[in-house]
Amino acid sequence: MANAVANPVLQLAGIRKSYGSGETESEILHGIDLRLERGEFAALIGPSGSGKSTLLNLIGLLDRPSGGQLFIDGEETGRLDDTGLTRLRGRRIGFVFQHHNLIPAFTAEENVAMPLLVAQGRPDTGMFVKAGKLLDQVGLADRKKYLANRLSGGQQQRVAIARALAMSPSLVLADEPTGNLDTHSADDVFALMREVNVQLKTTFLIVTHDPRLAHRCDRIIELIDGTIVADQPYPP
Amino acid sequence: MQPWMPFEWIAAVRFLREGRMQSVLIIVGVGVGVAVIVFMSALLSGLQSNLIKRTLSSQAHIVLLPSEESARPQVANEHTALLLQKQAQRLRSIDQWQQLRDHLQTWPEISAVSPVASGPAFAVRGEANKSITLLGIVPERYDQIISLSERMTAGELRVGAGETVIGIELAKDLGATVGDKLRVATAAGASETLTITGLFDLGNKGVNARNVYVGLRTAQTLLDLVGGVSNIDLALYDLNLAETLALRIAGETGLTADSWIKTNAQFVTALTSQSVSSNVIRFFIGLSVAFGIASVLVVSVIQRSKEIGILRAMGATQAQMLRIFLLQGGIVGFFGSLLGSALAWSFLLLWQLMARNPDGTPLFVIGVEPGLVAIAAGGASVVGIISALLPARRAAKLDPVEAIRG
Repeated sequence: MANAVANPVLQLAGIRKSYGSGETESEILHGIDLRLERGEFAALIGPSGSGKSTLLNLIGLLDRPSGGQLFIDGEETGRLDDTGLTRLRGRRIGFVFQHHNLIPAFTAEENVAMPLLVAQGRPDTGMFVKAGKLLDQVGLADRKKYLANRLSGGQQQRVAIARALAMSPSLVLADEPTGNLDTHSADDVFALMREVNVQLKTTFLIVTHDPRLAHRCDRIIELIDGTIVADQPYPP
Repeated sequence: MQPWMPFEWIAAVRFLREGRMQSVLIIVGVGVGVAVIVFMSALLSGLQSNLIKRTLSSQAHIVLLPSEESARPQVANEHTALLLQKQAQRLRSIDQWQQLRDHLQTWPEISAVSPVASGPAFAVRGEANKSITLLGIVPERYDQIISLSERMTAGELRVGAGETVIGIELAKDLGATVGDKLRVATAAGASETLTITGLFDLGNKGVNARNVYVGLRTAQTLLDLVGGVSNIDLALYDLNLAETLALRIAGETGLTADSWIKTNAQFVTALTSQSVSSNVIRFFIGLSVAFGIASVLVVSVIQRSKEIGILRAMGATQAQMLRIFLLQGGIVGFFGSLLGSALAWSFLLLWQLMARNPDGTPLFVIGVEPGLVAIAAGGASVVGIISALLPARRAAKLDPVEAIRG
């Protein structure tokens, strides 16, 4: 247990990613080293094409690096097969995407309970109690029986945050979580993530283009052309 | 969400429910295919069993006859010219037929054994005389081979001493009816006057004009087969085993065994060709149903790629995704087959109402057997799952990054 506490939530050592092979090979990420501790609230910024999404996909175990080591809660992920990666991802990592976050065939409550359902294989009362609590926490207790596509963009993103927390993950990865929202909804969603971070000590890594949001994070990591050019606490 | 339902079932049902119009259309498509298959199968099996029933209404499944007599050739040498003439076949009895009858009765495949003494004769009444086949039978045994008692149109099946039962055509030709006298004479000169106790209609004009049934002893006397029988008729539980069993009996007894399949070779070939062509049609209908399911699911995988990506990001394994789409194929196949069976049942009812004999009775009896519906339901579900294999594999292999990005 002491060992588990000592491990960083995320650790990248010399992570490289390239596409293609031979003459057409192009390296997108050039040896990334990064460490995120429990409870950190970090922003990943950088211009388009800098490799932010690629890095996020690697951290989210949705893709495999071409080189280097990636640890989630101290567990080295390089030797895991697809099923192993999928299980680890389901248990330890929550996702909040910019678009198409929810599954429209399911209600808000069912969407939140989905990661638990996927992991357990069958529904039970416990997972809906937990989903209800999470929806309550994001202020949508009265919308739990609504089908996902009947909610507004801001509400959908709140449900997505609740869903990302369903498995009590160590790390939540948010890819432009407010990119599709108006300023007011964006502020609400951001405040909600911050609240969860403070209350549950969940680590957040937020990819954003919006400097206003980045400056509300505790740490800003800047990626340019596949290399981390700046990584400092904010305010400096 | 039902607590007993696994995640894959829940997702498969929800996806089908969400794409309602698409799901309904493909279920109807599968239903029409299954309906045609079930309707065709029921119609064909009804038609074939009716034809076989009619054909076998006046025939035994297997007839055992004494083996042919053959002349023993002399050894030819340089002084002798050898001309071998085929021997004429006289009417002979089967050796030890009582033992053979009792032995065959114990075979599990054989439902009835009936010894018959039969041969050619003439039926004479007044000025009229007709060539007939005289058949000496034990009525209670023969009735299990050919249900003569059910086919009586007048009088009863009674063939005691001096009694006979004739067909309606012969009765018409001779102007005779129940209670009238009839003289039966053989070429060898034996004759006997018999009283007609009943008239039968076996549904075959030739048989109705030719067959004259008498008691076994009467026939034995007239045909000079005292104590003997010319053939043993057999009925089987399974008609299709006739040829195999005939070969076995012939091998075991040395007798000639003619199965109905051999006797009606052209008819059986026609039935087989009919079955083969209908199987080919069924196969292609099944194939088009499978392609229909597969194409709809391929489209569904493309439409749902983002949801597949999100589920994968949430920890759904490739195997779980595979099962979700396989189940969709199975569900579509199953419900399509239920709809198809209901449609087929309606078509068959309509057919029964429309296809009738001039007297108003149904042309032949057909019905949807529960077994056929079960096979259709199982078959369509399996076809659904197999058709879903390709789209399901595609869904499972979908790169979550690409899928989410769209």
